[in-house]
Amino acid sequence: MEERSLHLVIVGHVDHGKSTLVGRLLFDTGSLPPEKMEDIKRVCESMGKELDFAYVMDNLEEERSKGITIDIAHTFFMTKKRRYVIIDAPGHKEFLKNMISGTSQAEAALLLVDISRGIQDQTLRHCHILSLLGIKQVVVLVNKMDLVDYSESLFKDVEERIGTVLAGLNIKPSFIIPLSASKGENVANKTEKLSWYGGQTVLEALDSFSTLKVEEKGLRFPVQDCYSFDGQDIAVGRVEAGSLKKGQEVFILPQKSKARVIEIKKFQEDDMAVAPTGDCVGIITEGVKLKRGNIVSDDTRSDITDTIRANIFWMIDKEYKLGIPLTFKCATQEVQGRIERIYKRFDPAQLEVVENDSSVIMPAEIAEVEIKLDSQVTVDKFSDIPELGRFVLEHAGYPVAGGIII
Amino acid sequence: MDHLTILENKSIFIIREAYYRFKNIAMLWSVGKDSTTLLWLVRKAFFGKVPFPVIHIDTTYKFPEMYAFRDEYAKKWGLDLIVGSNEEQVSAGMGPKKGSKLDCCNELKTNALKQIIEKNGFKALLLGIRRDEHGIRAKERVFSPRDDNFKWDYENQPAELWDQYKSTAEEDNHFRVHPILHMTELDIWKYIKRENLPITGLYLSKEGKRFRSIGCVPCCNPIESAASNIDEIIHELETTHTSERAGRAQDKEDAYTMQKLRSLGYM
Repeated sequence: MEERSLHLVIVGHVDHGKSTLVGRLLFDTGSLPPEKMEDIKRVCESMGKELDFAYVMDNLEEERSKGITIDIAHTFFMTKKRRYVIIDAPGHKEFLKNMISGTSQAEAALLLVDISRGIQDQTLRHCHILSLLGIKQVVVLVNKMDLVDYSESLFKDVEERIGTVLAGLNIKPSFIIPLSASKGENVANKTEKLSWYGGQTVLEALDSFSTLKVEEKGLRFPVQDCYSFDGQDIAVGRVEAGSLKKGQEVFILPQKSKARVIEIKKFQEDDMAVAPTGDCVGIITEGVKLKRGNIVSDDTRSDITDTIRANIFWMIDKEYKLGIPLTFKCATQEVQGRIERIYKRFDPAQLEVVENDSSVIMPAEIAEVEIKLDSQVTVDKFSDIPELGRFVLEHAGYPVAGGIII
Repeated sequence: MDHLTILENKSIFIIREAYYRFKNIAMLWSVGKDSTTLLWLVRKAFFGKVPFPVIHIDTTYKFPEMYAFRDEYAKKWGLDLIVGSNEEQVSAGMGPKKGSKLDCCNELKTNALKQIIEKNGFKALLLGIRRDEHGIRAKERVFSPRDDNFKWDYENQPAELWDQYKSTAEEDNHFRVHPILHMTELDIWKYIKRENLPITGLYLSKEGKRFRSIGCVPCCNPIESAASNIDEIIHELETTHTSERAGRAQDKEDAYTMQKLRSLGYM
């Protein structure tokens, strides 16, 4: 059994069966405690409904009475290969910010398409979000095959259409699987009714995925805070890319001054030789006094700039008008600014540009923009170093958009 | 990097973010395994120090072992311990038998906490809740804002992505910060073992029973278990099909008690 768990998000249009699939995965892998099953049976009976697996994830009273998912939930199941953390994301447009919050934590995605309804608005929107968030491992699940009498030709048709949409967004689905989540067909167990398919079940497909590997890259250590303990100045942070070594000569960005790493430490580990990607450590440096927002780097390839060109996705239900002030948050950097140009904006549910050179971004739209900041920041392209190439925009203390630097 | 170190780093990052943003911050310590793990992670984040107060909400119904454990480690780790009770309700005899369990939890825990936050003006609280504990807790954000009425607006939570946590808006009274939200019960026990953390003896089997989740004496039931050390607890959890809070009476009153409690400001 692998030690790490894989984070998996389930997305798709409302009512295409996301919560039901989650319930089914938990049930078929024996991950549902008996009293949870009893609890679900009780709730369903009290509402006069048949047993519905969706109630495993939909825990809020409003979710159960309205039969929709409002916010993300996390749950856990296990196969022989590894543990999975499932993130069930809502399929309604109005809960887009919740869907994005969930998807941003995932290493792989299951995209559900109801074969009886085909590709719908949120199917397309979610494909775009997967692409923008950089989710590479995607499985398309063509659900509710029982409603179309397990028709191979209808499946082939949807398979081709969704494949085309995803190809346009640079996503190559790892698998496209026909199934029925409510009947438990092709989730953990194969079925005779889909004998023409002959490919993997959902669980087999999942077990073929890999947890994200850390790639060799240049060092990026954004300083989170500085403490003065026992007469020593310690700068703390997380190694976002590359590795940090004792004795190393580094650049302090954005000012590009030089410094040397004298000590790397953790509690009860006073003298570390190296801190790998992902490690939260404290460092003592010689040369420059560090502060939050500094990026400690071993190269000068990052962009030091006050102008950001990016694709952003607008998450709140109020539009943006050019010039409205925003806070730009990237790693531990936080700078005031505003969008100065909207090159183009489009509705990802329609797959076409709504307007070029616009002065407004509407709710749930994606836009290519230029952001002007009040001071310089250190950034990388999302495709080079994602941790320094993605950001969140806030207005009046609320996150309003996410973006990736192009 | 191994699984537990990944989880630890995630928690330490969150704790340091919270401390950077809020100097007027405190953590809640129930003396249970989760908040004791959180307390340890705080010590790790600040190189052995705990640079803010640690609050114990005392309903007066806790196990004697919990009070003893609290006092021992508050001293050993040099904690700035604040013990808070809703004195008025305690004197009036509030208890799980007097009102409903919802009323009892709300008065002796949530309202006791409100009084402490108001008195000390805390702007953020670190809490050791986990997503796998309860369906409602699975819906939480890492940085979760509360308004002046302490309401958790679960229908309209802010977006949270890429470790960028919501800034403070005008209507935010304080933040609940959840540094171990991503850990499971099994992770906690494996981490306790790896770090050799102290825990109260209530979790270990005596005469065939142990507590899997601890709180107030009247509302906690032990489970049948022979697990008398941490290795045996880990083995038990790897094979069990019962949920962690099965012994906690307040969750059972009706299907949505936990949701109601939490929306009123319960932990």
